[in-house]
Amino acid sequence: MTDDRRPTLGEMALEVRSKNAGPFWVTMELFMRTPEDYAIVADEDFINEEVVARLYDLDPATIQIFRIPSLNVVKISFPRPVAQGSLRDRDIHAGQHHVPLAALVPA
Amino acid sequence: MMSTPVTGERDPRTTVRVLAPSGMLGAGFPAETIDRGIALGADVIALDGGSTDSGPYYLGSGTAKTTAAAVARDLRILLRAAAGAGIPLIVGSCGTSGTDSGVDWVAGIVDGILREEGLDLRVARIYSEQTAAALKERLNEGWVHPLAPMGDLDAATLDGCSHIVGMMGHEPFEAALRAGADVVLAGRATDTAVAAAYPLMMGMPAGPTWHASKIIECGGQCTTNPRTGGVLATIDQDGFTIEPLDPAAACTTTSVAAHMLYETVNPFEMREPAGTLVVSDAIYTALDDRRVRVEGSRFDLAEQYTVKLEGARVTGYETMSFSAIRDPHILAHIEEWVALMHEVHTGRVRQTLNLDPAEYAVDIRLYGYNAVLGDIDPATGPPREVGVMMLVNAPDQATATAIAKIANPLMLHLPTPDMDYLPSLAFATSPAETERGPVYQFVLNHVVDVDEPTDMFRIEMGDSRD
Repeated sequence: MTDDRRPTLGEMALEVRSKNAGPFWVTMELFMRTPEDYAIVADEDFINEEVVARLYDLDPATIQIFRIPSLNVVKISFPRPVAQGSLRDRDIHAGQHHVPLAALVPA
Repeated sequence: MMSTPVTGERDPRTTVRVLAPSGMLGAGFPAETIDRGIALGADVIALDGGSTDSGPYYLGSGTAKTTAAAVARDLRILLRAAAGAGIPLIVGSCGTSGTDSGVDWVAGIVDGILREEGLDLRVARIYSEQTAAALKERLNEGWVHPLAPMGDLDAATLDGCSHIVGMMGHEPFEAALRAGADVVLAGRATDTAVAAAYPLMMGMPAGPTWHASKIIECGGQCTTNPRTGGVLATIDQDGFTIEPLDPAAACTTTSVAAHMLYETVNPFEMREPAGTLVVSDAIYTALDDRRVRVEGSRFDLAEQYTVKLEGARVTGYETMSFSAIRDPHILAHIEEWVALMHEVHTGRVRQTLNLDPAEYAVDIRLYGYNAVLGDIDPATGPPREVGVMMLVNAPDQATATAIAKIANPLMLHLPTPDMDYLPSLAFATSPAETERGPVYQFVLNHVVDVDEPTDMFRIEMGDSRD
């Protein structure tokens, strides 16, 4: 990068993705490139239920976070905020819901 | 007709090879990958025919997402291969949602191909559709339980469903195979049961079988290049080995292990009707640069066998209208514009149709601004252009279209509150409105306790052509 802006998780990661996990859940994953970058996103002071709840306007008690060092992955699952395919569902496969997570910048 | 496997040294009781051609029937695969899988000694071809992933419409309407020509193309290659090798072909969740109409639709396509190709295969159909009446009895007996995040079920919800299916485990497949089926076309089944049925029937251990079945349920998704075709899983008493059907593609320990993350809430545990697959102790080892060995997977039998229900109901009828805005002034005040749209439109609908807002619903989506993520969108700044999608939901189609048509002059000419002239906006099509027909919602996320795994499913054995 030519500017001195700090990289987002989306820029650091191999991939950040989201998808339905059945009609009633959304799940998303941060695939990090290195154990060092994994350690950053696995840090509970950086990504935790409260942070995800603020990003996605959720009740923190409904959020599940899985930290998987063997894959350098942090996985986040929560109940779908809008019923799949309903009038107000704008993302039938929940495939674009990783974007707020990917926009996070580590301290 | 049964041919001798080309890799003749193996004992079918110690090893079962499952060929997974692709993630879904109708998605396509290179024909040569099937030849390759057969040459590698495949014992069964297993393929998923559906998913809830594309939304409730397909279950609600009992129609398929895929087109018949694509399904027929895949099936013709697979039926020829299965007949040639003398191995079974198993398809689950036929017709996208696994309704009885979906099973019959795929069976009709299979029947036509068998006749055209002169193939003599016995076809079994397994139906998974459930009646509200039967389920209400089980509900009253306390056999129906909610899965998170749903609450308790009430009888009215069952009555309101246009279609209800139960997700079968591997047992109905096994029953059909034991009855002599060469081809099994099943209604709604768990993605994994389709691949697990034959290895389990042949005595393969549950842990490796269910884990392998999860890894291969999306075909080549567990490889480094999912577009090149499916995979072959070789299951034995200690674990399983997985390799891509395309010799140029590769499975790596990461590509295989990562597939447990795909479309799952919990990457370590997955519930099936009979129990829970646990992979937290699984060990992934690269055998070479394209094959991966997996050991240490476990399957914990549940105390109670359960069948998961899926059901969809009509929520109304929709009409869509679509216009677009490029004028920088309106785009700089897009929130005011859409607020004015709602206000003027609501008034016009009341004035002309005598309808209160509680009697219908309108969603206005500003594509190019915040349509996809809404209030949680992290980006800011004015858009260059915006597509305005208006979706109207009403109890009948005529009312939905009337409400959308009342918006037509607004979708064409509505200014922002500070403009003293009427702009003309860019309708994308003529007519601007499209009737979307009935729309649906998934309303069941519950399981039923059953005594026998095959109780809720009906097997119909077709005739052999002999």
